[in-house]
Amino acid sequence: MSDTISVNGKQHSLPSDPRTSLLDFLRHDLGLTGTKKGCDHGQCGACTVIINGIRINSCLTLAAMHDGDEVTTIEGLGTPENPSVLQKAFLEHDGFQCGYCTPGQICSATAMLQEIANNWPSDASESLEGEMAATGEEIRERMSGNLCRCGAYANIVAAISEVAEESA
Amino acid sequence: MTVHFKQDKPDDSNRLDGMKQGVLGKPLPRVEGMAKVTGTAPYSAEYPITDCAEGVLVTSTITRGKVLSIDKDAVLSMPGVLAVIDDPAMTTRAAQGTADEAPQQEPGTVCYWGQPIALVVAETFEQARDAAKHLGVEYREDPDAPLDPQAVDGEEQEDETVRQGDLEHAMATAAHSVDVAYTTKGHASAAMEPHASIAQWDGDKLTVYASLQMLNYNISELADALGMEEENIRLVSRFVGGGFGSKLGVSEDVVAAAIAAKEVGRPVRVVLSRQQVFQCVMRRSETKQRLRLAADESGKLIGFGHHALVSNLPGETFAEPVLQSSHFLYGGENRDLMLEVARIHRMTAGSVRAPGEAVGMPALEGAMDVLAEKAGIDPVELRLKNIPEEDPEEGLPFSSHKLAECLKQGAEAFGWDSGPRSPRHTCEGEWWVGTGMASAARVHNIAEATARVTLKADGSAVVETDMTDIGTGTYTILAQLAGEMLGLDPAQVLVELGDTKHPRGPGSGGSWGAASIGSAVYIACKAIREELGQRLGVDEAELELKDGKAASGENLVSLLDGNDLSREGHYEPGDIKDDFTASGFGAFFAQVRVNRFTGETRVDRMLGAFGFGRVLNHKTARSQCLGGITWSIGVALTEALEFDPRDGHLVNCDLAEYHVPVHRDVPDLEVVLVEERDPAASPIQAKGIGELGMCGGAAAIANAIYNACGARIFDYPMTPDRVLAAMPD
Repeated sequence: MSDTISVNGKQHSLPSDPRTSLLDFLRHDLGLTGTKKGCDHGQCGACTVIINGIRINSCLTLAAMHDGDEVTTIEGLGTPENPSVLQKAFLEHDGFQCGYCTPGQICSATAMLQEIANNWPSDASESLEGEMAATGEEIRERMSGNLCRCGAYANIVAAISEVAEESA
Repeated sequence: MTVHFKQDKPDDSNRLDGMKQGVLGKPLPRVEGMAKVTGTAPYSAEYPITDCAEGVLVTSTITRGKVLSIDKDAVLSMPGVLAVIDDPAMTTRAAQGTADEAPQQEPGTVCYWGQPIALVVAETFEQARDAAKHLGVEYREDPDAPLDPQAVDGEEQEDETVRQGDLEHAMATAAHSVDVAYTTKGHASAAMEPHASIAQWDGDKLTVYASLQMLNYNISELADALGMEEENIRLVSRFVGGGFGSKLGVSEDVVAAAIAAKEVGRPVRVVLSRQQVFQCVMRRSETKQRLRLAADESGKLIGFGHHALVSNLPGETFAEPVLQSSHFLYGGENRDLMLEVARIHRMTAGSVRAPGEAVGMPALEGAMDVLAEKAGIDPVELRLKNIPEEDPEEGLPFSSHKLAECLKQGAEAFGWDSGPRSPRHTCEGEWWVGTGMASAARVHNIAEATARVTLKADGSAVVETDMTDIGTGTYTILAQLAGEMLGLDPAQVLVELGDTKHPRGPGSGGSWGAASIGSAVYIACKAIREELGQRLGVDEAELELKDGKAASGENLVSLLDGNDLSREGHYEPGDIKDDFTASGFGAFFAQVRVNRFTGETRVDRMLGAFGFGRVLNHKTARSQCLGGITWSIGVALTEALEFDPRDGHLVNCDLAEYHVPVHRDVPDLEVVLVEERDPAASPIQAKGIGELGMCGGAAAIANAIYNACGARIFDYPMTPDRVLAAMPD
């Protein structure tokens, strides 16, 4: 046991209170408030972060369960000075309004595109095997765990599609 | 220096069209967008306040009665617990929009299940949450509280009642008549950011970082609740994670945090849980509606009837204004409109995006589809036939009216087939496919507003107001507006919002934000232009400013000579409010598929065409329309608050059980902006667009369901069980 967690490449000690969710650890203990709390029950996706390359609702897991794990949050994907391609695409396509679900959408989309690249199937896939493509329907299905109450979905899909096409 | 302008007459000078910078209306990305996409924009719970304690609200588990005792001691001995607060000044409901005074207080008196009754404060969130769950409360319940809106007598809202001519006679003698009853379920705003506050005292000065839409009203609501002077309070809401009505009035977390911070002598953060957001802020009332339409042989309306029953808690002034657009959307000389409120003990009913039209229009536009079928007229044609020349009740002229253009341009862009319509014309595998349409209307509201604009000595500009940007695009459109007027790249304009240290704006609500605060900024900029014109010896109307220079070549920096130039613009709507009926208009078109075996409805594509005055930013305006259309899908198919008939508590109080549309529910959407100038709407000829996009859209989907599979349904949302039950064999 190392009792440490890596967040955006920096090592941190795990919290002393075992009840602390990963989300509250990031937001409160580390001050990484880019990760949002929308429901605290894994129902909205606003708290999505990437752990060891896989997206996860950080409200549904305790920080103490992530000894030795590598966490990437929205702050680790890009900065205002050096944004990621998805961050730029969201800005250009107006893939948000109030902005509260946005870090979760972007973290989710970042890992989701990798899932497609790894040929993981979804409910929208015609076959469970073979090459997967980032079609509109695939993106919508795979992003359905990230709610946006402002209703920016059409623009979010446009932003993700553009990035998927550019990297294809 | 403040420049006051009260608008009594339409302004068709369209001055903004003569400006030279050429940035207004352009689809610029949001100026605060980079902060949002990188997670660096601070929302209310996220300010790094040192030594901040954590508060968790405890809510009632009875419907009506008194709190007899709270076992504070047991909880105070738990680790980290600092205080248990049940101060009578704590608020038990959110204030209604524009209330301007404290909402209901006295947490010891319970009026609905889920009402806040106490706040537990601890060192950490985990400690406070645990202690709140263990707080022992003894109640005396006042049994048999009325809970069913249809089981009590409704109170007639007399200012909504209209009786003209003889509707009964018109219905009896009309060539075509429709008499149908609709129901709609309650809705939740469900903004993604839960209500949250951090309160901090410095002596007798209070600062609260809170998630609120209307600081100009919220400051007096908070002052009233605490018995304080407004000048001792500062509210900060620079970023608001969605509001949709739920943050119009000061919410329970704000007052509780302020009281707690005073009591424990350090800053306190109170964040509502998602369940609390659902159960103790605001619901849109369920409705029961009756629509009566009487038409002559040609389909022209001769009679129009719309009755609605809504509900609210005793003592609440808000009544879901279901009839709002029914008063003027279509003609018909024989009219009968009435709104009633049932007093019941469910949680507070208040504004949820597009109060009134969001549920009134889906019923009206569903009934219009029934009439179109009965009369054998194309639904688009039926609406075109019934656009009144003037307000059919008040006799007032319309400020502007783009319904016909929206219907025509929308139909063309969608590829609307105006041929004969009958259900079940297309089947693809298990799916019936059909189309439907509806009109859109949403009253235009405008409010008093002030803003300060400062042209800095370095040639940049600053706009300051306590107006909020709740995702609507306020930051961006004000940068564009000031840039246009002052001849600056919007990147040179810093917009400071959401802080009561700035001049009072109108707040974000009722779609009035952009037109109201935009007018205040316009007035301030015009005053700055007048001063610049004087210095240049040019009449303001002739002054051309572009890229920091006047047409004469003189640049702003030298003209300012090392000094800032600041003006406050104060806009007040005058007689224009009374002399015109003003509304945004539009049209929705939808194609859906309905599963013949499961009754599931999927929206294949949807289009909205909207006319709402000047478009200030094509990108953000389009996004508002997309959001409205998305909400239309929720109203049509999935969104419904469910209350326990035994105690009136909201059962589906989270985002897993209350179904807002998700990515896969929303297809490619198309928006047609039917641009116009509305001189009587505001000095910038703009109206609002935050709500119009959901005012009637659900009916386009409902009408498409009928056209697809023959299920004519009169209850929203049209869930698979309802579709199956209504589907002919």
